[in-house]
Amino acid sequence: MGGQAAGPVPRDEHDHALWEKRIDALLVLCGEKGLMSVHGLRRALEDMGEDAFESMSYYERWIAAVNQNLVEAGTYSLQELGTKMDEIARRGPTYGEAQSGVGPTGGPHG
Amino acid sequence: MAEHVRVKPLMPPGHVRTPAYLRGKTGVIERALGAFPNPEQRAYRLEAEDQPLYRVRFTMAEIWGDAAETPTDTVDAEIYGHWLERL
Repeated sequence: MGGQAAGPVPRDEHDHALWEKRIDALLVLCGEKGLMSVHGLRRALEDMGEDAFESMSYYERWIAAVNQNLVEAGTYSLQELGTKMDEIARRGPTYGEAQSGVGPTGGPHG
Repeated sequence: MAEHVRVKPLMPPGHVRTPAYLRGKTGVIERALGAFPNPEQRAYRLEAEDQPLYRVRFTMAEIWGDAAETPTDTVDAEIYGHWLERL
């Protein structure tokens, strides 16, 4: 990054997980709605600093950058974001539970 | 006749679409690519005026000086007009 030594380029590919595809789609949708642009995405990625490129995966950085832009655009507040994250976390530890809103007991929201 | 330009040697913080290694370097306009909303404004969700975009050709000798392994090889970069000074 930034012309600094970084070792060889990893060239292995992997199938994208559903959550990664959704983040990609989310950026497109937010662009179409005028909430952010790919330029805003790049700006937020750059502002994360070098550590983020070691500690987060590609689409983890993307969703952090999308979130940064949407907060700045006033799409939702940090209070709303925190409340929603807490609500989803309560649904259960698996992705299936989190997205369906149906917890392991079968009832809504666990 | 080739139009010579110099990339402005500016280093502001923030989202800049001009490679740092080309700033202050001199090249020639290879072609004009049209005008596009300034991405450096769009990155901050600000009003963005159209800026002309150019493909600029630089020699390795210009970029790397004596360290250039193949001095006459060239690299093309797409740079917005507000980053270029005509020589």
